[in-house]
Amino acid sequence: MKIAVLAVQGAFLEQEKAFQKLGMETIELRKKEDLEADFDALVLPGGESTVQGKLLKELGMFQDLKSRIENGMPTMATCAGVILLAGTLTNDSRTYFQTLPVSVTRNAYGRQLGSFYQEGVLKEIGNFGMEFIRAPLIEAASPECTILGTVNDHVVAVRYRSQLALTFHPELTDDLAVHRYFCQNIVNEIDSMP
Amino acid sequence: MENTFETNTGEYGRPTLTKQKQYALNKELAQMLKGGVIMDVTTPEQARIAEEAGACAVMALERIPADIRAAGGVSRMSDPKMIKGIMEAVSIPVMAKCRIGHFAEAQILEAVEIDYIDESEVLSPADDVYHIDKTQFKVPFVCGAKDLGEALRRICEGASMIRTKGEPGTGDIVQAVRHMRKMNSEIAKVSAMREEELYHAAKELQVPFELLKTVHDTKRLPVVNFAAGGIATPADAALMMQLGAEGVFVGSGIFKSGNPAKRAAAIVKAVTNYNDAKMIAELSEDLGEAMVGINENEIELLMAERGK
Repeated sequence: MKIAVLAVQGAFLEQEKAFQKLGMETIELRKKEDLEADFDALVLPGGESTVQGKLLKELGMFQDLKSRIENGMPTMATCAGVILLAGTLTNDSRTYFQTLPVSVTRNAYGRQLGSFYQEGVLKEIGNFGMEFIRAPLIEAASPECTILGTVNDHVVAVRYRSQLALTFHPELTDDLAVHRYFCQNIVNEIDSMP
Repeated sequence: MENTFETNTGEYGRPTLTKQKQYALNKELAQMLKGGVIMDVTTPEQARIAEEAGACAVMALERIPADIRAAGGVSRMSDPKMIKGIMEAVSIPVMAKCRIGHFAEAQILEAVEIDYIDESEVLSPADDVYHIDKTQFKVPFVCGAKDLGEALRRICEGASMIRTKGEPGTGDIVQAVRHMRKMNSEIAKVSAMREEELYHAAKELQVPFELLKTVHDTKRLPVVNFAAGGIATPADAALMMQLGAEGVFVGSGIFKSGNPAKRAAAIVKAVTNYNDAKMIAELSEDLGEAMVGINENEIELLMAERGK
């Protein structure tokens, strides 16, 4: 199984290392030609969504990746990645893939002094230590989304079909539970579908 | 409590964090900036141009290093009002500089909730012996370093990100290259040492043994390391990335050039695709005039020699 990590800006290496620890092969997507490789799943890492979104478009990867996600490619998004997937943003006119029916607020917890760590329970995954770095917030999710986790009554993790969206950073911890969940419950499940 | 910072009550609040956890979160913000370009800006308008061009963060300062160099005199922290104006203008992280050792300026920057403080040799040092005890702050710090010893001393004092010093405001890349190469070769040397040799190396480098041991075990700095000082072209940025920088700061290089927006966007793409010479060739076309620059042997003030 080969996992493609969007590598235009941000913490993509951390995502690659996490998946490699689970025995997955990873490739980096930095430009259009990189899309010619075969891959089974897509990872949108943390970083700055404004930079990633701009480079996705200007380096010629946007439309291709958008249709792959729409056609059911398993996709895991953390932090900035959630902003790239969101259907609407409450505080920014820039939108990107819009494949995930949620509304998201950017930098919802304030600036870096508002960044925090919180332990909590994720549905189907279990206890997890969550790192929130200038994190966005999922304000509202369509009923078709499965809510996997909340912190202080705010949604921090959702699954919608083959898309997994997390406003925190599982790739910054040694705990691989979220990555394992993605591989086992989303990538494999889709694979075995007719 | 001794080892915790008091609760920060933002709109959604957050739990009390230990100092260790706060430091971890601060190092992690630097990880999110990787593969990106941090641009010096002096006005909200420039900040917006930088964000549009793809900057992953901006450095708010009154005068860019080339102008500081030209103006001479004492150079200080910028007006908080000007910094706040830039924070309001963009959605990406905003950094600002304080003088080396000037913890009161740092306290002010923390009070305006800046995202990152650069304790910077570009400004006139306020203390010729001590750097700021950065462990006393919640807000993260980036510091310049010419070699492994300086980098580890700054990390020991609480810096959560390192950048090469380079020679600011010159448009001359030679010092940034020298600092990055020196850092890399020292890390390689330390990594290859036997453990008992590390005790002596720690003494020579004037750094704590534990930090040096981490470098030895992981073969890298324990925090993110960017290149800074003298980067003026997409090729400069690609050079630093290929030498192992995890991202770049561009100071005077952008807004001292003929076409800032285009040059900024080109440098951003060159950092992402730093190994693709063909793409960088295209990016380097028609960028207009680069900053004129001065060679390191033509200048009298070596900012990189400030704060060791």
